Amino acid sequence: MSAGKQIANIGRFFAGTAPRRFASVSVLLAVVAAIAPTKDFFSQWRGYQRQYRQLIGARPDAERLQRLFTPGVQQIWIPEQRVVDRCTTCHVAMQEASLSDVRKEPFRPHPPMPHSLTEFGCVVCHHGQGAATTVQEAHYSTKAWEQPILPARYVEASCGQCHMDALGGTPQLNLGRRLLARYGCAHCHAITQPDGTLVAPVDEPPSLEHVAEKTTREWIFAWIKNPQAYATSATMPNYRFNDQEATDISSFLISQSTPSENGRAQLPLSKPVVFPAGVDPVQEGTSLYGTLFCASCHAIQNAAGNLVGGEMAPELTKAGNKINADWLSRWLRAPQGYDPKTRMPRYRFDEKQVALLTSFLLSKKDDDLLANVHLPVPDSASLTRGKKLVSDYGCAACHRVNGVTPPESFAPDLSRIGSKPLFQVGFLRGMPETLPDFIAGKIHDPRAFGPALKMPTFTLSDTQVEALTTALLAQTDRAVTMPPELVRSSPHAKYHPGGDAGRLMEDLRCQSCHTINGNGGDMAPDLTFEGSAVKRPWLLDFMKNPNTLRPALIRRMPKFNLSDAEIQSLSDYMLSAYQGSGFDSQTLDLNTLNADAAARGKQLFYEKYACQSCHIADYKKDKGYVGPALAGVGDRLSPVWMYRWMKDPAGLLPGTPMPNFSLTDGDARDLTAFLTTLREHKKGGAK
Amino acid sequence: MRHSTIACMALLVALTGCSKHASVNPPLTSRVQGTQIVLVSGEKQIAGVGSKLADPVVVQVNGADGNAVAGAVVRLHGDGLVFAPAEALTDASGQVSVVVQLGGIPSSYEITAETPKSGGGTATVSVREVALGYQAKVGKEVSDKYCRSCHDPESTPERVSNFDNLTPPQPHQFNDGNTLNSWTDADLTKIIADGGPALGKSPQTPAYRNTLTTGQIKALVAYIRAVADPPYQAPAVKR
Repeated sequence: MSAGKQIANIGRFFAGTAPRRFASVSVLLAVVAAIAPTKDFFSQWRGYQRQYRQLIGARPDAERLQRLFTPGVQQIWIPEQRVVDRCTTCHVAMQEASLSDVRKEPFRPHPPMPHSLTEFGCVVCHHGQGAATTVQEAHYSTKAWEQPILPARYVEASCGQCHMDALGGTPQLNLGRRLLARYGCAHCHAITQPDGTLVAPVDEPPSLEHVAEKTTREWIFAWIKNPQAYATSATMPNYRFNDQEATDISSFLISQSTPSENGRAQLPLSKPVVFPAGVDPVQEGTSLYGTLFCASCHAIQNAAGNLVGGEMAPELTKAGNKINADWLSRWLRAPQGYDPKTRMPRYRFDEKQVALLTSFLLSKKDDDLLANVHLPVPDSASLTRGKKLVSDYGCAACHRVNGVTPPESFAPDLSRIGSKPLFQVGFLRGMPETLPDFIAGKIHDPRAFGPALKMPTFTLSDTQVEALTTALLAQTDRAVTMPPELVRSSPHAKYHPGGDAGRLMEDLRCQSCHTINGNGGDMAPDLTFEGSAVKRPWLLDFMKNPNTLRPALIRRMPKFNLSDAEIQSLSDYMLSAYQGSGFDSQTLDLNTLNADAAARGKQLFYEKYACQSCHIADYKKDKGYVGPALAGVGDRLSPVWMYRWMKDPAGLLPGTPMPNFSLTDGDARDLTAFLTTLREHKKGGAK
Repeated sequence: MRHSTIACMALLVALTGCSKHASVNPPLTSRVQGTQIVLVSGEKQIAGVGSKLADPVVVQVNGADGNAVAGAVVRLHGDGLVFAPAEALTDASGQVSVVVQLGGIPSSYEITAETPKSGGGTATVSVREVALGYQAKVGKEVSDKYCRSCHDPESTPERVSNFDNLTPPQPHQFNDGNTLNSWTDADLTKIIADGGPALGKSPQTPAYRNTLTTGQIKALVAYIRAVADPPYQAPAVKR
C-alpha cells in the first residue's frame, strides 16, 4: 500500500461520523493551543536559567544567589536611548560580582565598567539585537537595521560614541583617533564627531609649490614609488604608481614649482666656511646636531636600525639624498620663508653652524637610493599626464600644488561608517563578513577591494589597523544622533600671543612644543603661569642656554641663539602676561622662610617625603631623575610658586605626574624655605 | 518524478558530505619528531581583551641532541584563545611562530604548545599572556603615568627608569606576584592612598590619596592583580 492511500484512509476514518469529526477537531485545537506554551517551555532562555540555578546551587552562597535570581524574561528599557534590551534574560548574573570566577557564558558577571547596566543597557556598547531572546537573533543578526555583536577587541569604539576626549580606559580608541588625525585620513574623508565638529588633521603635509628649490625630480620619483624606502617612519602612503606614472608626476611637480619667498628675495647663501685642517665638519656637525637638540623633533636611524628622536618633524636618516645644499642653507636660517606654516622655529644660526649642519645632513645618505633612477627629459604630454594624475589621485587634498585646486569631498564621508548596513558592503571572497573585518581589511590593503580604487596603502602595524578600525567603528548612527547633553568633549582654545613679543614667539614657534592658555604642543612644559613661577635672572640665563633643566631627557629645548634684545623682550612679556592670581605675600609671608624653617624643610625633604627619589637637590648624593632637578631651584622659582605648587600641583598644572602630598601649611613653608636655599654657586642662574 | 527526487536527495547528501570534508583539514602529521619543546619569545604580553598580541608566540622543537628539529608538528591549545595557525610544522630553524588572539574575558590566559615526542608521549610548554579589561586598562594608564618611572626597571630611549636610582629597598615590580599576591586588596589600596609609611614601609612611595580618585586607585589595584605572575587568585567567597 502506498503512503498516499494510507493517508487517505486515515482521513476517511476521522472525517467519517459526526462524533469522530468533533473529536478530531478537538484534538487538533488542543495540539495547536499547546504549540506556543511548548515552544516557550523549551525556549533557549529557560534552558539557560535552569542551568544557572544548577550552577548557583553548587556554590557556598547558594541561598543568597537564589534569592537574588528573578526568573522569566528580563528587560532593560530606556526610551530616550531607544534601548530595549532583554540580554539579561540569559546573561542572568551581570551584576553578581561574587561569580567573577565563573568563566562559562552566559553566567559570567560583567567586568567592572564605568556605567551601570540600567543607564545605557547592553547594545549601546556591544551592538546586537537587544530585543531578541534567542542566541542566534540577539548576537548574529545581520538584517539591514541591526549590527551583530561587536567583537570584544573593538568594544572601546562604543565609548567613542559620546566621549571625544582621550579616556583612561580606552587606549586603543585614543590611539586610533590620534592616527586618524596624524595619518591624514581627514584630508580626504569627512569624519563628523559626536559634537558636530569634523576630525581635524594634525599632520602638515608640506606644500609642493616650491618643491624644485628643495629637491630633485629623481628624489620625488623614488619617494612616490616607495616613501618608506626613503624614511621608514614616513606617513605618506604608497599609491603603487608604475614607473611611467611616477615619472609623469615627478616631472609635473618640478615644472609647476615657483620660487619661494626665500628664493624670490634671493636670501643670500651662507658664506662658505673654510674649516682648518684636522677639523671634520661632518663630525662636528654631528655633535652640533646633538647639542642643539634637533632630535627633540627629528629622528635619525642609528646603526642598530632604531629611530632615535622625535616624531614632530621629518626623519632625516637619508636627508642627503633629498635636499639641495642651497635650499638647506636658506631653510636653516629662514624656514618660514620657504613654508609659512612650518612648525620649525627660526633659529639664529651663525654661518659656521649652518655650514656644520649642512655638512652633517648632506652626509646622511644612502648611495643606493637613487642609483638606478634615470628619468627621460620630460615632454609636454608627460607633464599633462602628470597634472591629471595629481588631480585624479587627490594629491592636492594634502599638499598645496600650483594650478591644482584642492578637491572637496574627495573620498566617502565616514561619519556613520560604524553603522554601515552590511548589505551595502562589498566583502572580499573568503573574508569574514563583518563590518570590523571589512574596515580593517580596507585600511590594511585598500587596493585588494579593486585595483581601480584610489585609496593608497598606508604603512601600518596590525595594532595600528586595529586602533583605526576602533576609532571608525565609533562613528555610528547613534553617535551622530546622540543627545548633546550626553556628548563629552573639552573646549579647544585658540590662544596666540600678541604684540612684538608675540611675533617673536611665533617666529620661534614656541607653541609647537609649549601649551599656553590651552593652546599648543605637549612636548614641553605649559607656560600659562610661567611669569608667576620663574625668577627674571634665571629666565634670562635659561634663554641663553636652555638645555640644562632636565638632564635625563632626550627631548629638550633647543638653543635658538637669541640676541640680548630678543631675550629681554621675551622675558618681559612672559613675566607680565603669564601670571596667575594669588602669588603674593597673602599666600606666603617670605619673612617666615628663615634658617630654622629651612633646616626642618631639609629633614622633611629627605626623610618624611623622600623627595630625593624623584628630584635631585644635591648632585653629589641624589639620583632621582623623574622630576626636574632642584639643585639651583632657589635661583629658578619664586618661593610663593614653590609653596603653592607643593600644596596642589594639579591645581596649577592639570595632569602633572607630581602627586599632591596634602602638605600642611607648615610643612609646605618649611620645604619652601629649604628649596630657596638651593642655589647654584656658579656664574649665572641655571646649571 | 520519484527518480528525480531520489537523485536530488542523493546530490544533497553528497554535497553536504563534500562541504564537511572540505572544511575540516586533516590533522598535520610528520615523521620527524623531537624530544623537547621550548619557548623562544612572546610570553607575558599584555593586551586588551579580544585583541591580537603585538608579537607572535614563537616556540622551538629540539631533539635529544639539543639541536632544533625542522618539520615537527606543533599544536597549540588554550581556553578562549584563537591561534593562527593552531598547528604547524617547524621551519628550517625548528621554530613555529603563532599569532595569538586573546579571549573576551579579562584574565590571564595559558597557552599550551605541544609536540609528539620521539618514542611516544608529548612534550609541552606553557606560556602565559594577559588580557586587560576596562578597569585594568584604566589602571595601566595610572601606572604608566605615576608609578612606572620607579616600579618598572626597563629604560628606553624615551624614558629613563628611576628603578635603580632609588635608595634600597627597591620598589616591587607590579608583576611580582610572588610578593604582591600575598597582599590584600586593602593593603594595596592603603599603600597607594597613604604611601609607604602607612604600611611601615619606605616613604619613597608617596601618598596618592589626593592625586588619584578612589576609582583610579581601585583600577590600579585591578591592574596589579591582572599582571601578577604567578596569577593572582581572589580569595574565595565565604559561606
